[in-house]
Amino acid sequence: MTRLNLARYPWIKSLLLSRWPQFLTHAVLLAGFIFTILVGLLGPVVGSHNFAVIFVWIAWWSALKLFFIPLGGRSWCSICPIPVPGEWLQRGGILKSTGQGWGLGKRWPKFLRGNWIQSGVFLLIGLFSAVILTSARITALVLLGVILLSLVLSLFYERRAFCRYICPIGGFTGLYALAAPLEVRSKYPSVCAGEAGKIHYAACPWGINPLALKANTNCGLCMECLRVCPNDNFAVNLRPFGSDLGPQTKLHLDETFLGLVMLSSVLVDAAIFLGPWGALKSAAYTIGSIPWLVFTTVFLGISLTVIPGLYALAIWTGQQLSKSQIPFRKALAQQGQVLIPLGLMAWIAFTISFAFTKFSYVLPVLSDPVGLGWNLLALGKPAWTVDTNLIYLILKAAALVGGLLWSSRVALRLADGTNPHKQSLPTIGFCMLFTLVMLWLLIG
Amino acid sequence: MKKEFIARLVIILFLGIAILIPVAGRQFFPIFSKDKLVEIHARMPENGGWSPAIIKAAVGQPIHLRLISDDVLHSFAISQSDQPPLDLPPGEVVDTTLIFNQPGRYTFYCTRWCGVNHWRMRGIIEVSGPGQTTDKQPEPLYLRLNLDLDAPHLASVIPEKQPSAERGAQFANLLPVYATDPYTYQTNSPTQLWQQLRTEANLRELSDADLWDVVAYIWQNHTTPQKVAQGANLFSTNCAACHGETGRGDGVMFANLPAMNPQDKKHGLTRPPDFTNQQVLLGASPAILEGKIIRGGMGTGMPYWGPIFRDDQIDDLVSYIYTFVLQPPD
Repeated sequence: MTRLNLARYPWIKSLLLSRWPQFLTHAVLLAGFIFTILVGLLGPVVGSHNFAVIFVWIAWWSALKLFFIPLGGRSWCSICPIPVPGEWLQRGGILKSTGQGWGLGKRWPKFLRGNWIQSGVFLLIGLFSAVILTSARITALVLLGVILLSLVLSLFYERRAFCRYICPIGGFTGLYALAAPLEVRSKYPSVCAGEAGKIHYAACPWGINPLALKANTNCGLCMECLRVCPNDNFAVNLRPFGSDLGPQTKLHLDETFLGLVMLSSVLVDAAIFLGPWGALKSAAYTIGSIPWLVFTTVFLGISLTVIPGLYALAIWTGQQLSKSQIPFRKALAQQGQVLIPLGLMAWIAFTISFAFTKFSYVLPVLSDPVGLGWNLLALGKPAWTVDTNLIYLILKAAALVGGLLWSSRVALRLADGTNPHKQSLPTIGFCMLFTLVMLWLLIG
Repeated sequence: MKKEFIARLVIILFLGIAILIPVAGRQFFPIFSKDKLVEIHARMPENGGWSPAIIKAAVGQPIHLRLISDDVLHSFAISQSDQPPLDLPPGEVVDTTLIFNQPGRYTFYCTRWCGVNHWRMRGIIEVSGPGQTTDKQPEPLYLRLNLDLDAPHLASVIPEKQPSAERGAQFANLLPVYATDPYTYQTNSPTQLWQQLRTEANLRELSDADLWDVVAYIWQNHTTPQKVAQGANLFSTNCAACHGETGRGDGVMFANLPAMNPQDKKHGLTRPPDFTNQQVLLGASPAILEGKIIRGGMGTGMPYWGPIFRDDQIDDLVSYIYTFVLQPPD
């Protein structure tokens, strides 16, 4: 397939090879992260006027789903400030390793590898989302907890253990990065093979061998392999959307489970935040109450049994219809790729539903970031409101239907039996059912 | 090493700025202003009400208030003043500067119906300094008359049809002098005055209905359309949450409670009285209504408004309340 190596342009290449642009971005974002925590704790109690809530859950969360992931895959991971303090300690230096780093450098336990913990953390966030997403104090405490956990783990374990195995955003972006039109790949794997190739692995903070990279999942786009490669053997490619999706990519059961968790999370978030059910909102908000326990049971029931059960039924039926010889467990894992475009487009549609209307909160909190009545941007009363009606309805519907078509195409590409259409039909049916529910929730 | 040093310096600088702005930003305002700054947070009374609830100020010295609602829409109003209340949308900072010309205790309160305990949302500004204090008010009429505000005041006689002040005006020249005296108006309920006039020899020819028209005329003569309009405005802002816009006692705060039995002295948890019920209102004198407003209803949940309204505002409210059963002036 066609690829365009962005590093062939000298100015882009020099930007990627220099550590300063990335460092400065990290520095600004780390300062912003600390600022956000402090404002979350000290600023206005009201979420809609607190910089922490607006910037984390409106600006960043929307940008992640509408821009970073669809266009850049794990591009956010390349500038995320959360792991950098730990990484600097591990390296003993900010710009590069000094050989005097801190930490035990242990390997992450085998039994904890994969996306299982990330799925669990995502479910946990879903259970408390009504509070986390609306309370500035809780948002700040979550951010503080995340950066401290990342720091502590980097002192015990090698490289980015937190990003790869704990961070729910890492799991989410890694999975959907398979659909993104950006990749880092070696140009000619044989060129750096042998002893010389170890330099790339040693430099990779993500603990992968960049020479053997086949899919985007675990590549954080940090560009370290480009910087250390003595043979200029790495390319940063623009590629068609969904290039990693197909039989050539092997998905594991934990990744498929994460894909299913992402589907149930978007369904439940859409129902809580965009649905007309006041009782559901208050149940999700009153943590520890009986209604919340009911909500928890239903949420976990949907996430752990209903959606995985329907998915498994669809895969099993497809296997039976097509007389596929692939073991059921393997098929469950491999067919999970259909969940990637389906989930990604559902998250995009969900984000369209609230992000644009809520963007009007961004300027006021920028103008008064600490909540002290400042008007740094000299804003008057808002002279405009966002019309959310027709254009957003069309965009949401297009995203959901686009997701259905894309996932159906992936399902057909993955089919291996004697009758690919028969095999993929139940999977497409599952995707269609999900899309219909999302259309009902987002459009009505 | 030089690059590493610069990088570390950049991090320290950026983090320093990130920490300094939110932590020290709170202190910036007093640097640029010599006014006293007080940050007041507003929350529903069950979550703390005004915080702080007591503020100290000095006569003639500007006091700058930074008002922030932490939950729902509140408003900030100062007692015994004509200044319109300031709305406090949740999370927004609302600044205002006050200067007090007289010492005294000023009540600040919320005029938005923020919750069932809305009326409890009050605070005090203690203003010290030279001058005559506003605290020394003349003794209210209900205390001078030793009226029992909590006793039922039901009208024993009520008109059969709506009294007309216009028709009553035709008999104005027949009225005894005391009938139009302000003191008579203040101290008698419409029914009491009707009963008193019924005994007058030169009004013997008038029918009962004619006499009610005369009473309506007398009540109308003690107010003006402006006073009624101001009373309506005050009622709508401060009273309608409980008493209802229509005065039927069906305001949003108590709409679900059982209706009040006017005969029952122990009111308990019931709706406020129905002002459109002639028995209720025609049995109450302006002194009693004024007393209820100043002191509040004992054991009924009716708050005291004495520190909040001026005498003329209470008078306006009383004028308006009577319009639920008597024709207002044109």
